[in-house]
Amino acid sequence: MPPGILRSVMSFDPENYRKDFPILGRVIHGDRPLVYLDNAASTQRPRQVLESIVDTYENHYANVHRGIHQLAQDADDRYEAAREKVRAFLGAAALEEIIFTSGTTGGINLVARCWGDANLREGDEILLTEMEHHSNLVPWQQLAARTGAVLRHIPLTDDGRLQLDALEELLGKKTKIVAFAAVSNVLGTIAPAKEIIRRAHEVGAVALVDGAQSVPHQKTDVAELDCDFLALSGHKMLGPTGIGVLYGKRELLAAMPPFLGGGSMIKEVHLDHFSPGELPGKFEAGTPPIVPAIALGAAIDYLAGVGLEAIQRHERQLTIRAHEVLGRVAGVRIWGPAPERKAGIVSFTMDRIHAHDVAQLLDRQGIAVRAGHHCAMPLHARFGVSATVRASFYFYNTLEEVEKLGEALEQLKDVFRPRKKVAK
Amino acid sequence: MAAPGEELYQDRILDHYEEPYHRGDCPDCTHVHKDANPLCGDVIRMELRIDDRGTMKEIYFKGDGCCISQAAASMLVEKFDGRHIDEVKKFTAEDMLELFGARLTPNRQKCCLLSWRVLQAAIFSPVEVKGIGDRG
Repeated sequence: MPPGILRSVMSFDPENYRKDFPILGRVIHGDRPLVYLDNAASTQRPRQVLESIVDTYENHYANVHRGIHQLAQDADDRYEAAREKVRAFLGAAALEEIIFTSGTTGGINLVARCWGDANLREGDEILLTEMEHHSNLVPWQQLAARTGAVLRHIPLTDDGRLQLDALEELLGKKTKIVAFAAVSNVLGTIAPAKEIIRRAHEVGAVALVDGAQSVPHQKTDVAELDCDFLALSGHKMLGPTGIGVLYGKRELLAAMPPFLGGGSMIKEVHLDHFSPGELPGKFEAGTPPIVPAIALGAAIDYLAGVGLEAIQRHERQLTIRAHEVLGRVAGVRIWGPAPERKAGIVSFTMDRIHAHDVAQLLDRQGIAVRAGHHCAMPLHARFGVSATVRASFYFYNTLEEVEKLGEALEQLKDVFRPRKKVAK
Repeated sequence: MAAPGEELYQDRILDHYEEPYHRGDCPDCTHVHKDANPLCGDVIRMELRIDDRGTMKEIYFKGDGCCISQAAASMLVEKFDGRHIDEVKKFTAEDMLELFGARLTPNRQKCCLLSWRVLQAAIFSPVEVKGIGDRG
């Protein structure tokens, strides 16, 4: 075998992909090359996705599902082709199981409203975890308030792993749904999704996976997971904002009442009543985000080309390096599990320097990170911190960028080092 | 880099952050208010002792947050300690940004204005006298 082949199999070169992302060539504050480490908030988009958006609007745009003319047919074909790409990407059995939503939040709210209102009674239990994003807490709190159901939470260990031994006590006959993030958006913790789903099914509960931080970064197979619902966001996986997907098992979706009422979701409408349409249109009232859905299909094509296993391996390397580099900076504390137990998300705090100030000072070096509670206030309360700095990676990030982060953190300590006092 | 005076992490601001003016509890406080910036989690609590004529005899603050939010609170407390509440009422958001000094992007102006908002509310927020809330 020529040596080059083994090398290309073993090593992953992000430079092969960076050229597809126009924004990664930007400079910040005049002369600082952009180091984009805010991918858990939203990723960037390659040309192929941007071109898909322009191509649809320039050549194939009309409303879907109602036109006879050629453009309507074009738009229809592309919108439904995107659905098929999502189905194949997630390993779902049928197109009817793929609902286009506005994002992960939209998907979880749909389940909480439609499945939750129909199936929960006073005293029933909803099991969540302590590491959830607000989008997987608040809809269930609202559901609990409407139905009298009780919220329970899988606790975390001090290093940010789910305490699965607590399931014995937390799961029972009253548990009706278990909803959890496959990957924590703050700690990067990878939940043992398959095991949690199996345990939920053992007590007759359904399981919802918040896939916002997992689907873009690791292979997802809903059939293998056997989850009942899975929600994801397009903009965290190279796609546009405003588009997401809810996967649901067909028999569950079919039994649920519709969510929003309006056009497209009906079979028949009379002046005083209606009958709902078939899946998946039943849950897609109104004109859907047509162009974003088609562009999400282009994003999935791109990700399939890169390969989810390769993405996960590369991000693991970045995470390991980040732990090494940050571990050398005095006063830095990394929150969450060891690199081998987490995805490409590294949240940390620094002694004496607030997270917002860290982010502000890193921005001066062209490094984009996020600071705050990352929409997970209960998680931060659990660890007794009000804000953390979060560096989150995607496959286009390089080891050099991780090194730059470490160097910049070393430098910014100088800003806050003891100074001669000025007279006040 | 920012021009001198516009620099965010200048010594004057860092001094207020690291050695704040009147950070702590106000003895015999008569007015108190606390608020937070929900998006970033910065928290400021102001405690005031206001006399019969509307003079703020003492102002103290407590809080948690970034350098801007905490330094701004220290500057504000230092400015108004011992002054009349009418001066607070006249003190606008623009005045507060000017007092802080360094130029701030709109997102971080919110950090600076948190303590200003809390002080504006605190002068109208008497400490509940025990029992009064229970009547009627």
